[in-house]
Amino acid sequence: MNWPVILNIAKTHLLTKMKSTATAALGVTFGIGAYITMVSFMTGLNNMLDDLVLNQTPHIHLYNEIEPTIDQPVSLYEQFNNSVQMISSIKPKNGQKKIHNALPILNLLKQMDEVKGATAQVRAQIFYLSGSIELSGNLIGVDIMEETRLSNMRDYIIEGSPEALNTMDNGILLGSGLASKMSLRIGDRVQISTAQGAVFPLKIVGIYQSGVADIDNSQSYCNLKTVQRILGEAQNYITDINIKLNNIENAPILAKGFEKQFDVTATDINEANAQFETGTNIRNLITYAVSITLLIVAGFGIYNILNMLIYEKMKDIAILKATGFSGKDVQYIFMSQAMIIGIVGGVLGLVLGFILSVLIDGVPFKTEALPTMTTYPVDFSVMYYVIGIVFALISTFIAGWLPSIKAKHIDPVKIIRGT
Amino acid sequence: MDIVLEAKDINKHFHKPKDFHVLKDISFKIFNGEFASIMGKSGSGKSTLLYILSTMDTEYTGELFLNNKLVTGLSATELSLIRNENIGFVFQFHYLLSEFSVVENVMLPAKKLARKSHQEIEHDAMQKLKMLGIESLALQKASRISGGEKQRVAIARALINNPSILMGDEPTGNLDSYNSDNVFNIFKQLKEEEGLSLLVVTHDEDFAKRTDYIIQMEDGRIVGKSSNL
Ligand SMILES: Nc1ncnc2c1ncn2[C@@H]1O[C@H](COP(=O)(O)OP(=O)(O)OP(=O)(O)O)[C@@H](O)[C@H]1O
Ligand SMILES: [Mg+2]
Repeated sequence: MNWPVILNIAKTHLLTKMKSTATAALGVTFGIGAYITMVSFMTGLNNMLDDLVLNQTPHIHLYNEIEPTIDQPVSLYEQFNNSVQMISSIKPKNGQKKIHNALPILNLLKQMDEVKGATAQVRAQIFYLSGSIELSGNLIGVDIMEETRLSNMRDYIIEGSPEALNTMDNGILLGSGLASKMSLRIGDRVQISTAQGAVFPLKIVGIYQSGVADIDNSQSYCNLKTVQRILGEAQNYITDINIKLNNIENAPILAKGFEKQFDVTATDINEANAQFETGTNIRNLITYAVSITLLIVAGFGIYNILNMLIYEKMKDIAILKATGFSGKDVQYIFMSQAMIIGIVGGVLGLVLGFILSVLIDGVPFKTEALPTMTTYPVDFSVMYYVIGIVFALISTFIAGWLPSIKAKHIDPVKIIRGT
Repeated sequence: MDIVLEAKDINKHFHKPKDFHVLKDISFKIFNGEFASIMGKSGSGKSTLLYILSTMDTEYTGELFLNNKLVTGLSATELSLIRNENIGFVFQFHYLLSEFSVVENVMLPAKKLARKSHQEIEHDAMQKLKMLGIESLALQKASRISGGEKQRVAIARALINNPSILMGDEPTGNLDSYNSDNVFNIFKQLKEEEGLSLLVVTHDEDFAKRTDYIIQMEDGRIVGKSSNL
């Protein structure tokens, strides 16, 4: 194969048909540009939403489900084994919220290789007292420094800091909704009462905002010890253990293991967020469907233009063949035209996509759910650019294939006779 | 003398619109350095024969030898190489690639052959153009020169790879008598100075009479061969 000549002829054809060439190349440019922009933006959004979930949800959550004991005392009594046992009004046992042996479990978890970290929490149902009004809500006792290490909780503390809570025994990170309802600010005091009626004053050291109104209107954070004290429970009273893993893929298997090993309920993140995957998949599907549609349109453009060109260049093809160019040579001349259109259009598409992505990346975007976010999220992954150019090459290759095969089989005798 | 081109019992049929026996038992030889012409009524099969001899048409029976080598039955790619290397073809209509310059048109078959460097090919092309008296047009676009000039460019292109034989299908058919004369003289000169073999289909009696001999065709048959020497 004699590439310099073939490319030279291809180049000359393209240059003399500048308008058609430009149209065809622009088709590819828009297709690829749209793909890059969409996929970068969509993935940026996906990642943002994933982060939202991943950072607020532990990989594995251990707690005790409130449920009646399966083995009622009567079944332990051998004498009744062969009789029909009827027990009415079974109630769950008191104090079941507590995870048994929570502290040893916590220590064990922290030593496991797969586990990045584990934090203990105490959840308490309480009332926030504001004048004569009682707002019901939750108070969560946490090891705040460990929480901030393992999740991006710090991002959600919009005023104050986790350190302030850590050093202040009676401190509270108040939910932002609660703060505005009760018109409280950092430094103020808030009174809470337990279900049993005991009242405690706490000092607001920070405001917490998750972006989810329901949570912000009811939930606040205190130190683990503070909540234990409020509930009048001992240091080993722990209702929840949140676990972060090194590899999130292991969550389902480990969760099952923990359930058996520790006799607790364990939910893993995949279980908790199954719907999330679906959303991500659908967004990806839309991105690729739109991009492929655009590329198919661009492909038809190339196909059309090459067909036209071959029709116009019938005579030239006949001459080339008469002077010793083989069918393959002629095919490669037109294939290279398609590929040149594809490469030029594709590279311009990458540039266009990049520019649009940068523009989108600069558009201001504020959401309460992600306080650290100031502009639209865009994912600049090199992978999309690689996929984009491969896409462009494949589609132009397919579009160029049929016309070039036609050119290959043109019979020079027919053309020369025809004139 | 060596045989450049030999046809043995060539027969060809067209099947559409109905079966038509266009070439019947064509056999003849052309020796090295001969300048032969083919004459015959319109429709007698001259062009059809020339397309077969130039290896562009492969749908025939019989055998075709080029430089004593059988070319019948070779693959399309092998045949295109043979055309590139051994056969120069000049059409009635000056087929040039209109987007290329004159010299690029001439260089194209040599670039395809790729036996010489770009400089050598360019030098050869300029030499051929000079021989045909059109070196001043070298850098013109092929679409911007006259018919007579185009035909000379086509001849230069046919000669660029120093072929064994030059074939022409009414190469002067579209030219006035002055330009026809010019083309004839070029052919004659090529035969005499370079020892080139030529086979030219023509309707021009004067032209034919000045060639070495005339092959007469009628209804797809060779009916006579008259020497002018
Ligand atoms: N593709 C074809 N299909 C069927 N018949 C054809 C085809 N091409 C040519 N013919 C017929 O074959 C015969 C020979 O044609 P050809 O072109 O070889 O004649 P020619 O001798 O070159 O005539 P002219 O002097 O007019 O150029 C003609 O009768 C023509 O009608
Ligand atoms: Mg003819």
